[in-house]
Amino acid sequence: MPVIETENLRKVYRDVIAVDSLTLSVEQGEVFGFLGPNGAGKTTTVKMLLGLVHATSGSASLLGCKPGEPQAMAKVGFLPEHFHYHPWLTANDFLDFHGRLYGIPHEERRQRIPALLERVGLGGRENSRLSEFSKGMTQRIGLAQALISRPAVVFLDEPTSGLDPLGRRQVRDLIRELRREGVTVFLNSHLLSEVESTCDRVAIMRRGRVAGLGTIDELTGMQLEVDVRASGVTDDLRAELAAFGRIVAGDGDRMTLQIADDTVLPAIASALVNGGAQLYALTPRRLSLEDLFVRLVEGDTG
Amino acid sequence: MSVFAVARLTFLEARRRRLLQLVLVMGIAFVALFAVGYFLIHKESRMSVVGERLEMSNILLLMGLYAANFLGVVLAVVMSVDVIAGDIASGAIQTLVTKPLRRWHVVVGKWLGLAALLSIIMTLVSASLVLVAWIISRYLPDNLPEGIALMVLAQLLVLTVSILGGTFLNTLANGIFVFMLYGLVFIGGWIEQIAAFAGNQAATNIGILISFVLPSEAIWRRASYLIQPLYLRQLNVGPFVTLSTPSPATVVYSLFYIAVVLAMAVVVFQRRDL
Repeated sequence: MPVIETENLRKVYRDVIAVDSLTLSVEQGEVFGFLGPNGAGKTTTVKMLLGLVHATSGSASLLGCKPGEPQAMAKVGFLPEHFHYHPWLTANDFLDFHGRLYGIPHEERRQRIPALLERVGLGGRENSRLSEFSKGMTQRIGLAQALISRPAVVFLDEPTSGLDPLGRRQVRDLIRELRREGVTVFLNSHLLSEVESTCDRVAIMRRGRVAGLGTIDELTGMQLEVDVRASGVTDDLRAELAAFGRIVAGDGDRMTLQIADDTVLPAIASALVNGGAQLYALTPRRLSLEDLFVRLVEGDTG
Repeated sequence: MSVFAVARLTFLEARRRRLLQLVLVMGIAFVALFAVGYFLIHKESRMSVVGERLEMSNILLLMGLYAANFLGVVLAVVMSVDVIAGDIASGAIQTLVTKPLRRWHVVVGKWLGLAALLSIIMTLVSASLVLVAWIISRYLPDNLPEGIALMVLAQLLVLTVSILGGTFLNTLANGIFVFMLYGLVFIGGWIEQIAAFAGNQAATNIGILISFVLPSEAIWRRASYLIQPLYLRQLNVGPFVTLSTPSPATVVYSLFYIAVVLAMAVVVFQRRDL
């Protein structure tokens, strides 16, 4: 049974469609990257999965329960976007209170909190007030809060926003650790490198819809391209090449073909040579996640 | 239980924010000022008749309690006005309601925490005033426990409205909403009194009707009526007499009012997107 499942999930705010018919499922132990430009509906989706926002239509389930059911939320950790909590609380107060809400016994909270602070890079800051924390440290304490119950599923909404490069690396390592522990991670991000290096599967959102879904290899592999540099390519020859794949760019001696997989490369080479062209280079190139992302969401800004 | 965890934190937060300490210091200043005034007036007054002394003590104490009641209402608004609205605005609510609890736990928990806090403050302050009056003049008002309980109830009425407002208004709008509402019933209360004095039934009824919107003033007037010595109640003179005294049914209505308004707050909070 999938840990997270949605079917035709939809959210409309007044006249804006935030999420438009979203269907996806995330299996246990997966690190799932949820990508998209700002305003693509990522945060709204997470909020619907957690019961913070009520869906306009469609259905969603989390650990087999309706979103927001306490039974499921007991096993869920959540780091909201732009995490913020009452600045007058100390780190210890804050974690202790949230631990209490999870029903963690007092003795166990006392043991877990220092270890948890250590884990997120805030060791020894138990008695600092949240108001003293920088943006990055606030993000870290938020992360600690999301992990205090040793959850089975963790939702991280832009976890590295506000973190310096070192902090980003620590979060990346933390996500990998969680995966090793079998924790399902739902990662909202627009930082592609972060997603590329941690996620098993990704969905790319565009205007509230899934524009691409699969493993990174699947997504980028689907989009294999080959750069051809050859002179003497006649129009007939060009038409012949179009049978191998779509010509996405081409002027003069250079052209780029989109192909299904690299088994057609020898055929392209011999077609060019037999057709009388001089072949200088035939370079297959996998799309990076960034290329793919840009291509899928192109034209969407803001 | 999550309700009590939220209530406990709401209570503790008042201490962490130094609100409790501030209220304590200001409360002591308030009681001290009252004690000085009460003492001087009693010492200097040349009233020899027992009845006159009693009336003076009653008026002074009622004045103190009236001020305490007003401050208590203000405190109830100020302490609660951003307790939900502020958490929604800052996003803290997202961290809170995604814990294994139901949304009503948050609303009721915050209400309980503040209700406990406000009740303690009001009881301490009003009991201190009574104690000062007793030490200086051996005057003890009638129906004291009921009186103080009603003053607490008046605060809780305002608190509950403010909690409801916080579920759909921002902090500033909620503050305006609750204070304007309080002002409305305050004026309504006076219209009722003056109309009763002038013998105008229509205006009296309007006043009574307005007190249904928020019965906090009516509850205070019932409290002040009960606290006065019996013969003064029968005499009906002085600035704190109640020419149109709210009936015991007002108390029942108030309890019902709190339950309904709190339930409304839960429903509104339950339905909204966070």
